[in-house]
Parts: sequence; structure tokens; C-alpha cells
Amino acid sequence: MATRLKFENSCEIGAFSKLTNAYCLVAIGGSENFYSAFEAELSDVIPVVKTSIGGTRIVGRLCIGNKNGLLLPHTTTDQELQHLRNSLPDQVRVQRIEERLSALGNCIACNDHVALTHTDLDKETEEVIADVLGVEVFRQTVAGNILVGSYCAFSNKGGLVHPHTSVEDLDELSTLLQVPLVAGTVNRGSEVIAAGMVVNDWTAFCGSDTTATELSVIESVFKLREAQPSAIVDEMRKSLIESYV
Amino acid sequence: MAQEAGMFTVHQTIGSVLCCKCGIPMQPNAANMCVKCLRSEVDITEGLLKRLVLVHCPECESYLQPPRTWVKLQLETRELLTFCLKKLQKNMNVNRVKLVNAEFIWTEPHSKRVKVKVSVQKEVYNGAILEQSYLVEYVQQDHMCESCSRVQANPDQWVAAVQLRQHVSHRRTFFYLEQLILKHGAAARSVRIKQMDHGIDFYFTKRSHGNSFLEFIGKVAPVKSRSDKQLVSHDSKSNNYNYKYTFSVEISPICREDIICLPAKAAGTLGNIGPIVICTKVTNSIALLDPLTLKYGFLDADQYWRTSFKSLLTSRQLVEYIVLDIEVVSSRFGPSEVTMGGTKYVLADAQVARVSDFGNNDTIFFVRTHLGHLLKPGDYALGYDLYGANSNDFELDKYKGHIPEVILIKKSYEEKRQRKRGRSRPWKLKSLPMEVDDRVDQDKLNSEYEQFLKDIEEDPELRFNISLYRNTDYQPSEVASVTDELGIPSVPLDELLADLDLSEDEDEEDNMAE
Repeated sequence: MATRLKFENSCEIGAFSKLTNAYCLVAIGGSENFYSAFEAELSDVIPVVKTSIGGTRIVGRLCIGNKNGLLLPHTTTDQELQHLRNSLPDQVRVQRIEERLSALGNCIACNDHVALTHTDLDKETEEVIADVLGVEVFRQTVAGNILVGSYCAFSNKGGLVHPHTSVEDLDELSTLLQVPLVAGTVNRGSEVIAAGMVVNDWTAFCGSDTTATELSVIESVFKLREAQPSAIVDEMRKSLIESYV
Repeated sequence: MAQEAGMFTVHQTIGSVLCCKCGIPMQPNAANMCVKCLRSEVDITEGLLKRLVLVHCPECESYLQPPRTWVKLQLETRELLTFCLKKLQKNMNVNRVKLVNAEFIWTEPHSKRVKVKVSVQKEVYNGAILEQSYLVEYVQQDHMCESCSRVQANPDQWVAAVQLRQHVSHRRTFFYLEQLILKHGAAARSVRIKQMDHGIDFYFTKRSHGNSFLEFIGKVAPVKSRSDKQLVSHDSKSNNYNYKYTFSVEISPICREDIICLPAKAAGTLGNIGPIVICTKVTNSIALLDPLTLKYGFLDADQYWRTSFKSLLTSRQLVEYIVLDIEVVSSRFGPSEVTMGGTKYVLADAQVARVSDFGNNDTIFFVRTHLGHLLKPGDYALGYDLYGANSNDFELDKYKGHIPEVILIKKSYEEKRQRKRGRSRPWKLKSLPMEVDDRVDQDKLNSEYEQFLKDIEEDPELRFNISLYRNTDYQPSEVASVTDELGIPSVPLDELLADLDLSEDEDEEDNMAE
């Protein structure tokens, strides 16, 4: 299910939040509306954490993570690091890395299995990503843009990329990521996908300028219509009971 | 480019995305909306002028170009389109739109509306260029322009007047000048032409028009002129002074076929030609020929007016003679044949008698004449009877030498014309729109005009400067041919200009005006 919201009159919610399957990070805003929207949707399943990174509110663009771990730039303060370590579940490894390109959210896009990175990323960073996040790393461009983290957003079910991506590129990326991809827009024709929306396996949040068409595209490619968080939990419970019996 | 470097590049196919508004699949563009949605979103004609005023003068069909110029324009022409678009230009530049195309939409001519469909382009949404056409309506408001309102207020208003005068007793010069003026269109800009005693007045609305007319006259006749001005009104605040300008032009009284007794001074400047001379041609200089010695000279307008002499006898006093015998003079010393101004003259001795004397008495004159090339025994000629004339001329009295008794001027076709009387001519002349003074004697005028037409028939040189038009009323009889068997000269038909339409005539003539 996709929800439309705004952060302090801006539709670029992907810049102010980070959503994964295990947790959600939210920026500290003037009013509590932004936080409440996430809380209403997610709080009974995953923890929603209010934070800042390096004293800034653009948490979505500075950090990158999935259900296995979270990577933070070198600008993160010790207090923030500690706060995050305390708030997040124990299986999520929180790591601060030294990388010249410190806007990790713009340079890297990942789901629980694969990550796409900026072509100029350090070799060490690539190794850290593979280790901490437990993903396979590929250096790629999206529609000729090296900031892959900004121009595409994908989950384990599907992905949305920059609208000018050619058919060949789309096929190539799809093969790498092993998920269905579609080229589209968000926030009324904006090409910066990852800034306009955040997504995980069962829910997505978009800027309020997103049109109905865009929303239907998002819902169909990320397979959000049938997905219920309870479905996953129920499935897990069934298998547990099975094994018990 | 990557291809030039020899790199292998994959062919990129542009995928399709859904329009973010309406959801139809389309090629991605800078706005990621299909054209229709983009157009519904953005109106690039916002802030552009759609309704403008054109000020139009109904009298002279011209449009006002601020602040003060009036431009003559027709509906549905390219010039009008340019004029209309100029008014939109500044507004378009402010709004950063670019004009791509414009065309007229037809409106009723009396509706006082001009509609123009304009296509413009503008950049929207970081890079996408949108093109849209819209309608601009121009309302035509009627407002008389300054010159038309001045004419309306006082239609007789003139600013410059040229008064032509010639103090002779006939109007031949003015008939000829009229034809010249018509041919060159010199009076095209005059507002009024009035026939006066001894002359014609021309009225103009601008001093420059009057001046150019004056210069034209100066080129075709020997004139002396002076100009004056009279204050009509003045605006002391802006120091504008309105004047009426008058040019007084006096044409020299010497005409073709006049006989003159030259004063000693003038004769001296021309190489001492005999005091009795004939004027053969008048243009802007006077051509004088001594009929006894075939010596000739030219007097410029300035030279004439310095020693202004009058003619001894004019063509009214011509008497008809019959040539009894003629013999060309052959001499070993001087020339007996001369060409002057294109015409050949041959010196000859002739025996003539006055037609009034012929048959009654035996008065015969032996004269020397310059018409040896033209006359044959039995011909009729016109000449001046100096023997019988009672002239009151100062110069003639002073002259002590021999005065010839008869000077022949031209060959006469009068006898033969008698038989042809009543038949109309195959050609006709146009005339200027003159206001005729009722005091002038109409019969005298008609007979002079008839004489002028005869002169045109006889003299091809005179015809050179005049436009002749085909007379549609003329019925040629079965007997007639280009030159009659009677030998009366007539105008060959190929010299006539077909008088079709007024507009076509003006194309044929050399236009001096403007």
C-alpha cells in the first residue's frame, strides 16, 4: 500500500527518511506529522527511529542499509552512532565508514541481496558493503547518471528507475538485480526517484505531488497490493507450527 | 563521440513511460507528461497581449505608427502582418516566448477587426519546449490623420503656388507645356490648377512640390523666376511659423516661328548674325537662325533675360505666299546647307507672290530663304511680309542695312486642308484638369487649339515630347491611308499610345513626380 505524505511542505520525502524491511529512520521535523504517518503504518512491525546524521536532517540521502546492516558516513557524530546502535534491533550491524563520497544514500542503492554503487566508489567501501550488508555489489549507471542511489529505488520485489532509461539498460539492470524493473516518475514527473519515495517489501511512501498514475505504477511494480505485513508473519508462524508438530 | 573512438556501443532504444497525469504510454521527455497534459497544465500564452488597437484613417487608408507617422497599408498583405506583429514583439520578449508563425484569419472588411493567428514557443519545466497557437484580435479605430483633417477643414488649402506667365497674345506655349507636364507627370501633386489671363497657376500643399515643379519648368522653357513667402500663422510657444510660398515664373515672350530684330549687343554675343533672325525652337534655350546666311546661335535663359528683346512679328501676322520658282544656292565659299538642332536647312533663292496678289497684280518678290529643302514651285508657304508691315521697333529703326522684304517660315498645307475639313483626326490629346476662367474668349481659344493640333501634325519634332492617344471615335474612311494622296502630313499610327485604362497610361509615360 502506498501512502502520500509531505515533510514540512516538501514532497521529497526520500531525502528525509530511510525505509528497510527491519527498521525505519525518520528526520526530526518541526511537527510530528511526518513521524506519525510512519508510525501509524509501521510501528507494530518494525521500529521507527527519529534521528539526525551529522547534525543534518537529510538522513535518507546520507546513509544506506538493509535488514542486515546500516552504513553511515564519516560525518556522523558519536552520539548519533550510539543512539542508532541502541534503537535498532541487534541483528542490524551499524557501521560508520570513511569514504570520500559521503552521501552514501545518493551513491549506493540496495535491497537485501544486491547493491548498485557509484562507479568511483573506493574498493574498501565496496568490501565493507559486501560484508556488512551481505549483498553482491555491482558498479553501474542508471540512464547515464552515476548517482545510482538517487535515480532508482528497488526492493526485493521490484524496482523503479529513471524515466529516460533505455530498454537495453533496463534489461541489463533487471538481470543484475533479479527483480522486475520499470522506468517511471514520481512526484508529478520528477526524475529523482529515490528522493521522492521510500519503499520496502510491503509498503511504500511517496511525496504528495505523486499522481494517481504514478501511484498505480509504483503499486504494481513493487507488488504492494497483496502484500500485508501480517501475511509474512503468518507464513512464518505456520512454518513454525509445522515444525513443532 | 564514442563511435568515432572505435568503442562498441549498444544501440539504445528509448523505452516508454506512462504520462504521470493521464497514464497513457509515451516517450519520456523533460516534463514526463504527455503533450496534452502539459498543455492543460501550462498556458504559455498567459500574459501575452490578445487584443490591440489599430488606429486607421478612413480617408487615406493609412494606419498610425506611433508617435506620428501614418503608413499606407492594405488588408491581408504581408506589410500589414509585419506591422501588427511589431506591436506584439516587446510583450513577447518580456515573457520570453519566441514567435514561430503568424497568419491572417479572414474577417469581413467592414467589421473593423483584424484577426491574426500566432504560434509561439516557450521553454517550460527545465527543457521542454512547448508550442501553442492563439488568436490575436486587432480592433480598428477610425481617426482622421492630420493631413486629411487639414484637407477636410479647408479643401482649397495650398501652401505653395507657382504662377506661370507669358506676356504674348496667344496661348500656344501653354498648350505645349500642358502636354509636356502631362507626359512627365509634373503636376501630379498639385491640388488645383487654374487658368489665368496670360498664364496658368498651379497650387501645391508643400513647398518642396512647388519647387520641384519650378525646376521642371526651368528645364523645358527659358524662364526667370522669383519666390516670395507670406506669413499665415505662427505659434510663439513652439516657434512654428506657417507660410504661403509663391513662385512667380515669367516665360520668355519669344516663341517658335517668331521673327526678331536682334539688338546689337545680343547679335554680337551670337557671332554677329544678321539682325533679322527667326526663332526655330524654344526649349530651355532659344534657337535663332538667320534665314539669309544660315548662321545660327543659341541663347540660354540667363543670356536672354540679360538682353530681353521682344519679337518683331509673331505667327499671327503670317501671310500666305505662293512659290513661283525656287533655286538652291550653290556657293564655293559659305555653306548652303546646314543642320541645326536636327533639322536640315538649305539656302535657296525663291520667287514668291502673295496669294492675295496672285492673279490680281504682278507683285513678285525675290527672296532668299532657308526652306530650300522643302519648297517646290507651286507650293504654298507662310511668311512674314516685312515689305508691307508697319513695325514699331526701336532696333529695326536703328538698323541701317538692307532689310529683306519677305521671310518665309514654313510650308502651308492650308489649301489641302480645306478639302479635308470636318474629318476628325485618328489621334487625340489629354488635358490637365484646369479651372477655366469665364472671362477668357472661348472661340479664340478654340481656334488657337486647332492651330496647335495642326502644328503637331506637321512637325515630328514637336510630337517627340508629347504623348498622343488613339482616338476611339475616329472612323477611317475607305479612301484614307497613313499619308493621304493629297500629301497632308498626318501622324503615323504607330506613334499613338493606346488609351486603355487610366492606370495603364501612367505606366507608359515617364513619371517625373516622386
